[in-house]
Amino acid sequence: MYSVTLKKGLQPPLIINALISIIAIAFLVFFLVLPLVIIFGEAFSQGISMWWASIAEKEALSALRLTLLVAAIAVPLNLFFGVVASWALAKFDFWGRSFIITLIDLPFAVSPVISGLIYVLLFGINGWLGPWLIKYNIQIIFAVPGIVLATLFVTFPFVARELIPLMTEQGSEEEQAALTLGSNGLKTFWKITLPNIKWGLLYGVILCNARAMGEFGAVSVVSGHIRGETNTLPLQAEILYNEYNFMAAFAVASLLAFLALITLVLKLIVEWKSSNNQERA
Amino acid sequence: MKFNFKQYSVLPGFGITLGYTIFYLSLIVMLPLTALVAKSAALGFQGFWEVIIDPRVLASFKLTFGTAFIAAIINTLFGFIVAWFLIRVSFPGKRLFDSIVDLPFALPTAVSGIALTAVYAPTGWIGKPLMEAGIKVAFTPIGITIAMIFIGLPFVVRTVQPALEELEVELEEVALSLGASKFITFGKIIFPMILPSLITGFALSFARAIGEYGSVVFIAGNMPMKTEIASLLIITKLEQYDYTGATAIALGMLLVSFLLLFVINLLQSWSSKRLKGA
Repeated sequence: MYSVTLKKGLQPPLIINALISIIAIAFLVFFLVLPLVIIFGEAFSQGISMWWASIAEKEALSALRLTLLVAAIAVPLNLFFGVVASWALAKFDFWGRSFIITLIDLPFAVSPVISGLIYVLLFGINGWLGPWLIKYNIQIIFAVPGIVLATLFVTFPFVARELIPLMTEQGSEEEQAALTLGSNGLKTFWKITLPNIKWGLLYGVILCNARAMGEFGAVSVVSGHIRGETNTLPLQAEILYNEYNFMAAFAVASLLAFLALITLVLKLIVEWKSSNNQERA
Repeated sequence: MKFNFKQYSVLPGFGITLGYTIFYLSLIVMLPLTALVAKSAALGFQGFWEVIIDPRVLASFKLTFGTAFIAAIINTLFGFIVAWFLIRVSFPGKRLFDSIVDLPFALPTAVSGIALTAVYAPTGWIGKPLMEAGIKVAFTPIGITIAMIFIGLPFVVRTVQPALEELEVELEEVALSLGASKFITFGKIIFPMILPSLITGFALSFARAIGEYGSVVFIAGNMPMKTEIASLLIITKLEQYDYTGATAIALGMLLVSFLLLFVINLLQSWSSKRLKGA
């Protein structure tokens, strides 16, 4: 979380300052804003009714349903893990603690396609468990379970890595006080710990959800691109785009871009709220 | 002295929370990664080498690492300018620009990919004028580099920004009041202090660009030997059920990235040690 308060100190000559501002703004506008504008421009290029028709189309709706389903499974599981792991790793000091924290960050270091590949190596036809899965007629790769697993992997660290530093910094004096006054463990967590970490938690969940709904590379490897069955919204946008159905592709993409904008706004609000909290404390 | 696995604490729930953490971590992260390690071990050096020296694989490595390197350099330069602008220049609506920097993190990569292609295609808003000037961007390595710049910029800005923020302005004021020119103050005070963060930002943006798939694959053109990135080649191999080939390429990518990150870590600890020694 970064403040944008002004720092004095070395002030370059006015002309340099103006040049820096122009370059920075031009760079941000050309590289970041323009693509965003294009998405909405193309999506609505043939009017709002055509946009709606592309969204309400059967395959697009099924992709939307799958995307929501995957996020509804992956986000709560990783949220629960994040809270549990940060309790164990932030409130206690033990041998091997930093090693486990490093392992939790690992999925961020692995590229999306490789994240998908590892599940194919495990569950694919020629994979480790492939023959066994075929015997019992269980399909994981090219099916919904594979998509859920790959999404779980890529969104794994978000909540935990937000909470661990926050809870370590807060220490455990308040919890110790509650426990000595006769509160039990769970009650202490609900009444003391959770209110203290709620903004960090929310921040982690927002980022986790954005990635869960938008993941492309890892999901693309395990999905098999079966229309109406294993396509998430990003994959549906890809298929439409590759069929030169640009307007429909951008209509689907506009839903995801809208999600990204909501994510940024929520992020801004959470940052603002948590910095307010810190000032009061 | 008795070895203590854990420091004493009155807080409950250590056993069960740590147990669940390790269980879930093993299931979701360690087990699949073990599959990759085991598959690589089964491959052996010979098998690995045979896949890697295939001209098509070598060409994709050269392309991926080359474009990622150029993109990371451009991002380090412009990321610094953007970070300086956000911290040191007063400008109305700066908060908005600060949020925009996170856009590549928030936007799904496939969406960025098709949007960038639309902008830089020969018929696109920027692609068309560039085409008339004789520069083809989309479906060439230039297009790949542009997508990697897009995806890597926040890494540099978000690492340099806190470093600039924590800079003690008093030091600069001392230097200036003792008669150092602005140029020298920047070169001798500011630059050495933020150099470690620039190196980290470069490394993060470089690593991300190497593994990037969604935002690159649409603008790349995907011509074998010319504009085919390594991630795409892994997918191509998987589609042919060539798990061995896919694993070898993945292993090659991971090895080179780890090696580069290791070198950059060394550089970084060297530069921060030098700073403390001075």
